[in-house]
Amino acid sequence: MSALLEVADLGMRFGGLQAVDGVGFTVERAQVFAIIGPNGAGKTTVFNCISGFYRPTSGWAMLEAQPIHNLSSHRIARLGLVRTFQNVRLFKNMTVVENLLVAQHTRLVTNLWSGLIKLPRYRRSERQALEKASFWLDKVGLLPYANREAGNLAYGQQRRLEIARCMITQPSLLLLDEPAAGLNPQETRELNTLITELRAQHGVSVLLIEHDMSLVMGISEQILVMENGRPIALGTPAQIRSDPKVIKAYLGEE
Amino acid sequence: MDELLRRHLPESVVMALVTAVLTIPILGVRIHIENLQVTLEGDGTPVYIAMAVVFLVRLFRAPLSQITGMVRIDRLLPSSDWLTRYRTGLLAAMIVLALIWPFVASRGAVDIATLALIYVMLGLGLNIVVGFAGLLDLGYVAFYAVGAYSYALLNQHFGLSFWECLPISIVLAGATGCLLGFPVLRLRGDYLAIVTLGFGEIIRLLLNNLDELTGGPDGIGNIPKPTLFGLEFARRASTEGGVTFHDFFGLRYDGADTIIFLYLIALLLALFTLFVSNRLLRMPVGRAWEALREDEIACRSLGLNPTLIKLSAFSLGASFGGMAGAFFAARQGFINPESFTFIESAIVLAIVVLGGMGSQLGVILAAVALTALPEVARQFDEYRMLIFGLIMVLMMIWRPQGLLPATRPRMELPQ
Ligand SMILES: Nc1ncnc2c1ncn2[C@@H]1O[C@H](COP(=O)(O)OP(=O)(O)OP(=O)(O)O)[C@@H](O)[C@H]1O
Ligand SMILES: [Mg+2]
Repeated sequence: MSALLEVADLGMRFGGLQAVDGVGFTVERAQVFAIIGPNGAGKTTVFNCISGFYRPTSGWAMLEAQPIHNLSSHRIARLGLVRTFQNVRLFKNMTVVENLLVAQHTRLVTNLWSGLIKLPRYRRSERQALEKASFWLDKVGLLPYANREAGNLAYGQQRRLEIARCMITQPSLLLLDEPAAGLNPQETRELNTLITELRAQHGVSVLLIEHDMSLVMGISEQILVMENGRPIALGTPAQIRSDPKVIKAYLGEE
Repeated sequence: MDELLRRHLPESVVMALVTAVLTIPILGVRIHIENLQVTLEGDGTPVYIAMAVVFLVRLFRAPLSQITGMVRIDRLLPSSDWLTRYRTGLLAAMIVLALIWPFVASRGAVDIATLALIYVMLGLGLNIVVGFAGLLDLGYVAFYAVGAYSYALLNQHFGLSFWECLPISIVLAGATGCLLGFPVLRLRGDYLAIVTLGFGEIIRLLLNNLDELTGGPDGIGNIPKPTLFGLEFARRASTEGGVTFHDFFGLRYDGADTIIFLYLIALLLALFTLFVSNRLLRMPVGRAWEALREDEIACRSLGLNPTLIKLSAFSLGASFGGMAGAFFAARQGFINPESFTFIESAIVLAIVVLGGMGSQLGVILAAVALTALPEVARQFDEYRMLIFGLIMVLMMIWRPQGLLPATRPRMELPQ
């Protein structure tokens, strides 16, 4: 069986700036894989390239042996690769549960007639969507806030809602861009538990960008270190921790 | 006071001079025609008036803005809480009023109400595009025209009746919406507005120039009125063996019957539009429009195809435009491209903005107000556009969210 995500020789150029250069890695099924590196290293740009928001200027990416580097972002999402954003992007004026309903849009009965005259098929699909939403809200501890406006949630809750919104689309690969940024230590521990659970119970692979070293070292099986757009090391947490190049470029600074 | 003069006097003088420069070419000269001689005459008075007004307003800006700040028009209008509470009641009252209207009002009043209902359909249709999906469409009249010409042409060439043509007009207008929308919906905001504006004009120019098909500027006449299950509303049946309404029921012929019948059809179609747009808001596609307005990138990251979702709003809105168009053709009995100029698009857009984008009740009220007022105040006919503009400006200052701001029905999770 092929790897879940395979990226090779990925490059992204903005005018004169080579933001990503020759990045390659492989994410296996039900694996947690982290990308770390100093600010401006090009981590988010890698995410944007594999999730279809940027078209990479070189290299390729394959999801379950299917090329995705020239697909548009919504098609990639339908193939099972969904992401969160470095700055939370919720539908702020919609309620929490509506955020989760929108995420299920592609799986609902959206046929015009069945909705207009409320065919049984349509009612069933709406009911199931609500049930699924309440399952995931319960999972991330937001069930009591279901009917609040998403924009009114506390920051940590917004981050969890964003993850729930991804998970409800039943992805095979979840991309998290700095999920622990702005969280307090207690919330970071909860995030750690949540990621472990998602992988164990829902079989999802997680590719994450993170600056919180204790979180990264604790949950990742593989880590890719980037600096100035280039990959400088790839390996297990133990290998990364003792890699002299990494210590010099990244850990050494702190 | 002294301080006020010292600070604002120089600025006011400059502004008055600028006003003079700007207004002399427009207000300062008058075209004088005597026989075949056309001469320009200088006339300072309007310029002096404009200068004085600008000077005084600039000078007393601070006290003036205090006064306007105190006038709180928006306090007089109902709040959105109030609206959500009484929404159903208000709607029911409006529908009841609309139902008894033809039997109590005069012939002229019923006729105007029919026109108002056409604008209600157009307003509610465009509201789907502008209010729900947030797409600025300045060429909505194109779909109105497609609907009207579909009926007129299908009837002329194939003898199809109004009721046969109505669904066809709806589908054709919707399909035109799809065709026009597909290439342009990738554009954002202002660009979309400009392209749709262009499409509106292209359709009108086509109608004007495809003489063979559309009759060009002369238009198409003799478009039959709708029938009631085959019964015609006319003094005499138009075809051999046709039956008229009054013959069938053994009544005396009364011209008012036709007007009332047309009104009732318009009401039926308007209610249909209201029902559909109301349902749409609660359906997945309605949620997707809202989500897309808020954050298109997040939508894409969840697998929603923005172009398709926008296209659905665009072509649904277009379909209702087509429906209104077919009815318009039937009511007028005659159409030509002059009925489908840009000003129609502008009026329908004004209805949506004035009513409150996304608010169906507001759109209905605005449609009725904007069609009824000019009829009531006939003597101000020349100032119609001026008053129109003034209302728009004042609304934007005091109530930018429209007469009755939209409140979206929310999907709740039972706790
Ligand atoms: N759309 C863009 N146009 C031009 N330059 C860009 C664009 N996106 C990113 N860059 C540049 O690419 C480089 C890498 O940015 P990127 O956001 O990928 O870094 P990062 O590793 O995610 O950093 P951080 O840890 O701060 O999030 C930066 O120099 C950034 O300015
Ligand atoms: Mg980043």
